[in-house]
Amino acid sequence: MSAPLMLAAASSQTSTGEAVQFWILAVVAVAGALGTVLMKKSVHSALSLAGTMIVLAVFYLAEGAYFLGIVQIVVYTGAIMMLFLFVVMLVGITAADSLKETLKGQRWLAALCGIGFGILLIAGIANASLDTFIGTGSANKADGGNVQGLAHLVFTKYVWAFEITGALLITAAIGAMVLTHRERTEERRTQRELSEARIREGKQVTPLPAPGTYARHNAADVPALLPDGSISELSVSSTLRERGQVRDVSRDAMQRLAALDRASGEWLGRRMPALERNGANGNGNGTSNGNGVNGGNGNGVNGANGNGAAQVNGNNGNGRNGSGSAEEGAQ
Amino acid sequence: MNPANYLYLAALLFTIGAAGVLIRRNAIVVFMCVELMLNACNLAFVTFSRLHGNLDGQVIAFFTMVVAAAEVVVGLAIIVSIYRSRHSASVDDANLMKL
Amino acid sequence: MDTLIGLLVAAPLLGAGILLTGGRRLDRAGHLLGTLLALTSFVLAAVLFADMLGKDTGRRTLTSHLFTWVPVDGFQAQVGFQLDQLSMTFVLLITGVGTLIHIYSIGYMEHDERRRRFFGYLNLFLAAMLLLVLADNYFLLYAGWEGVGLASYLLIGFWQHKPSAATAAKKAFLVNRVGDIGLSVAIMLLFTTFGSFAFSDVFPKVGQASATQHATVTGIGFMLLLAACGKSAQVPLQSWLGDAMEGPTPVSALIHAATMVTAGVYLITRSGAIFNAAPDAQTAVVTVGAVTLIFGAIVGCAKDDIKKALAGSTMSQIGYMIMAAGLGPIGYVFAIMHLVTHGFFKAGLFLGAGSVMHGMNDEVDMRKFGGLRKYMPITFVTFGLGYLAIIGFPGLSGFFSKDKIIEAAFAKGGTEGWILGTCALIGAAITAFYMTRVMLMTFFGEERWKDGRTATASPDEPSAEPAAAHSAHGAPHPHESPSSMTIPMIILAFGSVFAGGLFSINSAFVKWLEPVTGHSEGDSPVSTGTVTAGTMVVLVLGVLVAWLMYGRRPVPAVAPKGSLLTRAARRDLLQDDFNHVVLVRGGEHLTRSLVYLDHSLVDGVVNGTAASVGGLSGRLRRLQNGYVRSYAVSMLGGTAVVVAATLLMRAV
Repeated sequence: MSAPLMLAAASSQTSTGEAVQFWILAVVAVAGALGTVLMKKSVHSALSLAGTMIVLAVFYLAEGAYFLGIVQIVVYTGAIMMLFLFVVMLVGITAADSLKETLKGQRWLAALCGIGFGILLIAGIANASLDTFIGTGSANKADGGNVQGLAHLVFTKYVWAFEITGALLITAAIGAMVLTHRERTEERRTQRELSEARIREGKQVTPLPAPGTYARHNAADVPALLPDGSISELSVSSTLRERGQVRDVSRDAMQRLAALDRASGEWLGRRMPALERNGANGNGNGTSNGNGVNGGNGNGVNGANGNGAAQVNGNNGNGRNGSGSAEEGAQ
Repeated sequence: MNPANYLYLAALLFTIGAAGVLIRRNAIVVFMCVELMLNACNLAFVTFSRLHGNLDGQVIAFFTMVVAAAEVVVGLAIIVSIYRSRHSASVDDANLMKL
Repeated sequence: MDTLIGLLVAAPLLGAGILLTGGRRLDRAGHLLGTLLALTSFVLAAVLFADMLGKDTGRRTLTSHLFTWVPVDGFQAQVGFQLDQLSMTFVLLITGVGTLIHIYSIGYMEHDERRRRFFGYLNLFLAAMLLLVLADNYFLLYAGWEGVGLASYLLIGFWQHKPSAATAAKKAFLVNRVGDIGLSVAIMLLFTTFGSFAFSDVFPKVGQASATQHATVTGIGFMLLLAACGKSAQVPLQSWLGDAMEGPTPVSALIHAATMVTAGVYLITRSGAIFNAAPDAQTAVVTVGAVTLIFGAIVGCAKDDIKKALAGSTMSQIGYMIMAAGLGPIGYVFAIMHLVTHGFFKAGLFLGAGSVMHGMNDEVDMRKFGGLRKYMPITFVTFGLGYLAIIGFPGLSGFFSKDKIIEAAFAKGGTEGWILGTCALIGAAITAFYMTRVMLMTFFGEERWKDGRTATASPDEPSAEPAAAHSAHGAPHPHESPSSMTIPMIILAFGSVFAGGLFSINSAFVKWLEPVTGHSEGDSPVSTGTVTAGTMVVLVLGVLVAWLMYGRRPVPAVAPKGSLLTRAARRDLLQDDFNHVVLVRGGEHLTRSLVYLDHSLVDGVVNGTAASVGGLSGRLRRLQNGYVRSYAVSMLGGTAVVVAATLLMRAV
């Protein structure tokens, strides 16, 4: 495009609509950015970042960069952020970051450098004479559209960079494969060999117990109950065990059995022994994982009663609160 | 409104991202902060493109995205392999450079 | 003819190469080969001599350029030879006496299983010595100079299984090194002053240089004198010569009496132009010569070891030569003349001493000799002729040459001339005394070796020339040596008798050497006849005193305690003690203080630096804590600085 055209198109103010949009979305973007930095859980960070990226996509569209706006949503929000989430899930969703600083003076230095850097950047921008702008309208029109204009540049002026970028992408793909691929160094053992080895060891000859046995429960992270009421560690995946994501619901289940006994006893007009009540009372400090997942089940059981049993599985997400209520209900 | 405001926003986002890189220990979050910084740069490029009335800034932003994608792929692969061997995604745990 | 000069050096060099690398196969014929090549060299020299005699006096100098050794821009080290009358004299002496001693060694070393190697070393010595006297520049002369030093070292330490021999070789080498430093410094000074070290370039320029750079020329003279002192065993570097007698006797005769030790005289005579231009250096030369001639004579009086007595005599005679050379044109010719006659009679005396030892189970203590003239007639006669020659008996060669030197010393003129002349006369008297003493104790008197104590060598003189160690211990049976040993002695005796007279007919030797060294008759305050008469008087006096002390009375088989001077002279006039106190102790103190300095200062600096670097790094290490985020902060800080700098630059 020619210089007179640029001068002719120059102006100093955007439309009011864009201004309104900017001030609203800018706040959202900054909030998203702060959320990315400050959220304890990485999932939340990722989601905040996705929000910021979408806002940026809207900004690109508003500034006439239609192609980049769409690419931002498709590539960044769609692909890269999904990749992030995927890795977050793979690495451990529950590994919440403590924001307590461990390096001495790191936070102060970071704040100093960050604020200094920001001030310098903003001062630099403020120093520049940016009174007027030309806008992308004429540039987009020159080749008959934003995408055509970009394509024209990418395949003419920037074709060399484009080729190099292609090579870079291929290298990155191969690199990722190399980094994450683990070569199998030994023959995969057949089922027969595995069973022979198992019998030779003699530790666990039978198949591992399935989760949920005696637990009236079929979630993968809930261990099976043994006849004495304790849980069987073998019944859950070792990965979950290592992560500490096993939900011990044995107390809960025992408690529900007790409640069932009580309810049927009442129904049949029998008195409950006091001892039973004390045992049910003692499970106030079980694992913290018990939550309202089993609410529906419990309700079904207690539905017929309609009394205090309903409070046992109250939807406050904390099953052991119910024990006290059950106690009250029993009394 | 003057489009220079986009630049101020970009500077702010960049600084927040940089601070995040310095403060956070989870490698994944650090990576996200790097992405945030890249996006702030892209915003600045797109705004420059608008200020100057040509598309070169957008092309550069486009290339930045491509390079960022490549970087994310490799970086996440590294994080995954480190996590596999060390069971940790904290950047402070990977201080093997220290004697 | 020119090419023959190269062959002169090449023949013995070839012999050395073959004999030293040939291995055991040459054991049987090695000595013959070595002797043959030495003889070849002598024949070549004789041919060249005949050729030279046939030419005009002014055109006798032959030059031969072989190749350029070190071609560096201004520094052109040539391998070139210059054969003039001075070199010719030396070449004839070296090859002639050398050949005779080769022949003598065939008999003397017959029972030594390393005889081939011995002949290899002898040939190496001949080659180096010929290179020294034939070189046409100082650089090549230096190569020969070092070559003879090496050969001397190898030959003194030839019986390296004897600790005394090994020590003596080391001592000779070290002391010579001091002199060699002088020569190398002199060559460097010559190069910086004249831009060359070829004789033909340097000597013509010396005259004008002495006017402008007098101090430098004098310095060169002093450095050359230092070199001469080292090689010729002059005070203060004389201490090695006595110990060098640990080598086999032919070596003592060839290297440490006839040829190598005269290299210093050659150097001073050859550099006559430089010394003529530096009178101060000349004064130093005559002083050194006079002191050494008295010094060596006194040492020679006290030694009971026949070879060491002869070594003291050598020192003294070379003192005469150095003194004569220091007198300038008056003395150069006579220095060389005495050098040649001394070559004959001293070689003869040493060979005679070797012959005596050969017959006496390698006993060297003269107090255990006596009355040997009946048993070794040939040795007695040849040794006696050498004796008469060295004391300057009228008509024999020593008479002519020594007399001339004494005359020249007086001719120096003034007080200096009187002092030098007196010294020379005293030296002549002492020479007569100690040589008569040697003669009387060895060949006359009662036969002290018969009491059986001869078998065990005196403990302070570890004798044992192991060449003859096979002979049974017990009372020796003196016998005449084989003809291979006596023939060279006879030839040398002829030389001792007639050389001086031959040289003096018509002043033949003066005319022969004058074109090279120049000659001037001095203005002597005393007439020639008076000097001769004086010499005769002191000679008779010396012989008489010796006869009174050793001839009239029986000689005690165990040395008496003697006076303070005698005891000091037995210890080489305390030269070694002086060296020990001044140099060895001083060196020890110096090294100790340097070690202390090294430990405290140098190590302190080094260790201090290391410690401070270590401490500093220990603190700097804290920065490198290995945490990525720390580094990231630094990066961001750096970026901020860069941005700030950029903005500032734009603002400015």
